[in-house]
Amino acid sequence: MPSNKSVSDAPISQFTNCRILREHTLQREDLWVREGKILDPEKLFFDEQGYADQQVDCEASIIAPGFIDVQINGGYGVDFSQPSEDVTAGVSLVAKKILEHGVTSFCPTLVTSPPAVYHKVLPQIKVHDGGPHGAGFLGFHLEGPFISLEKKGAHPERYLRTFRSGGIEDLMEAYGSLDNVAMVTLAPELPRSQSVVRELCQRGITVSLGHSVANLSQAEDAVQHGASFITHLFNAMLPFHHRDPGIVGLLTSDQIPAGRTVFYGMIADGIHTNPAALRIAHRAHPSGLVLVTDAITAMGLPPGHHTLGQQVIEIQGLHAYVTGLPLPYSRRWLINDEFVS
Amino acid sequence: MNIQTTLQISLKTSTQWWQYQNHAVEILFLSRNEEADQSWLVRPRRSHDPSGLLFLFRLTAEDRTMKLIILNDYDQASEWAAKYIRNKILHFKPGPNKFFTLGLPTGSTPLGCYKKLIEYYKNGEISFEFVKTFNMDEYVGLPRDHPESYHSFMWNNFFKHIDIRAENTHILDGNAADLQAECSSFEEKIAEAGGIELFVGGIGPDGHIAFNEPGSSLVSRTRVKTLAKDTIMANARFFDGDLSKVPTMALTVGVGTVMDAKEVMILITGAHKAFALYKAIEEGVNHMWTVSAFQQHPQTVFVCDEDATLELRVKTVKYFKGMMHVHNRLVETPLSQQK
Repeated sequence: MPSNKSVSDAPISQFTNCRILREHTLQREDLWVREGKILDPEKLFFDEQGYADQQVDCEASIIAPGFIDVQINGGYGVDFSQPSEDVTAGVSLVAKKILEHGVTSFCPTLVTSPPAVYHKVLPQIKVHDGGPHGAGFLGFHLEGPFISLEKKGAHPERYLRTFRSGGIEDLMEAYGSLDNVAMVTLAPELPRSQSVVRELCQRGITVSLGHSVANLSQAEDAVQHGASFITHLFNAMLPFHHRDPGIVGLLTSDQIPAGRTVFYGMIADGIHTNPAALRIAHRAHPSGLVLVTDAITAMGLPPGHHTLGQQVIEIQGLHAYVTGLPLPYSRRWLINDEFVS
Repeated sequence: MNIQTTLQISLKTSTQWWQYQNHAVEILFLSRNEEADQSWLVRPRRSHDPSGLLFLFRLTAEDRTMKLIILNDYDQASEWAAKYIRNKILHFKPGPNKFFTLGLPTGSTPLGCYKKLIEYYKNGEISFEFVKTFNMDEYVGLPRDHPESYHSFMWNNFFKHIDIRAENTHILDGNAADLQAECSSFEEKIAEAGGIELFVGGIGPDGHIAFNEPGSSLVSRTRVKTLAKDTIMANARFFDGDLSKVPTMALTVGVGTVMDAKEVMILITGAHKAFALYKAIEEGVNHMWTVSAFQQHPQTVFVCDEDATLELRVKTVKYFKGMMHVHNRLVETPLSQQK
């Protein structure tokens, strides 16, 4: 009714009195939606001569796109790196729970694991959209096993691997299927990694550099072969040094191919990175910053023991420790909201 | 003395004596109601006629003269203009079979006025549900959703904030296949709507109204116009300073089209418009200063700020400032709105 029906009969909702997060600012605009799609109200007005069926007063709230978490190892008792029979149930549970925190898409992350785990887990879920039932599944993030020994962090040493042939066989041997994989973290200084980076990029899989002792030129080399992400900047990599900034130097490198951006994940819990370091990274390269939780099984649960793949984690207060190991292998187990402000 | 004779009132003293053609008249009472224009019952005060004679003068605030409204600054001028429009619409009492037709301008001058009208709508003082609008002009060849198109301007600065229906808005389509036909059809739409009650416009530094550049015929109708170099340069600031991006042609209502409106209101603010205002009202009717055509319109209001009067004679300014107390009655909150 509210339009000349040249496009659609469906009712139109207008969200008023809201602030819309758009183009890096909060704009005072109304949001127009029809059948789950955002409308251009000017087009609606002039082309369709339409107006809203119902108006919703947002009371000056912020309307923002849903969050995307590309690094989350589990939560609410679910550990994505466990070779469970029913991975779908675990992913669905987490998907539903994180929806409450504004995350509408995510990449369940698997830490370094034996091949059997990957072979079992990866084929079980296909990429699918989210909805009221839970956040969308974008594909797995495989963090390891092709990472550096010195920077293994909380990953189990005995399952780390290197590239034997530098080709697809290494990947197939380790992971089995790559069909439902969105992202792979690897250390580019490992020999024969360039061809692997190219191979993954050709399949549309994002290659992320992390858990690595690469220097800046090795990192730039990887980017030129297609790598486009950095896994939790500052953590599990060489620190910034003024004569060799290492992977951190990618933020301001001039060797990045034209038209490409290097994105970097940041765990902004105040423990993994000092807020001052976070600000330095943001000021150096604001458009590349991606917030990640790197959340673990214990997220949303009280203190106790939980698993992280092949390791056992103990929660004490606000910190998590790999059993027997002190900081800096701790991980924050609280949930999203505190990071974002 | 004739009924319905126009009257130039000037307040002589602080007493209630008013002057009309050398006769002192006493205001006996003032009647104001929503329907009638303001009317005064007056009696001439003549010492040799003790019985006195009562004459009813229908002194309309809508004199058959030009009104020059001078406010202190841009904000006050915008507010006055917005209130005038508001009152006109309310007084008209538009309804589903009786639309108020409004002609509208674009540019930086009317922005303050639009903001105020939006405020009055949000306060519930006015509705645009039964208002039809006709814009003055639009660029040729600019995509409709280009941020500088006049469609975008009207949407962002006015339409999206009020309750007007799209089918009641009319803006010339600069991307029409047959531009001349588009112009003719626009004239027809105005005629079908019953003509324009109030046409609001601005003035260019060269005295043009809409895109009726110097030399435009004073009886012109809606048509395609090639823009003058000055206009293109003035507009370049909206196109990143790149002259090649500025449209060179526009569709515009003609001077004659605006003259057909029942009433015309011109907004003029800023010192850079002062010379144009001088040419428009103190010099003769001249097609080089097309706004001067409105000297021959029965009901024109010029709303300006102090800066815009800088080129006028002191006498003109003093005269019209002296009338402000009368003219301000036109923008008082109507009785029906007063709580």
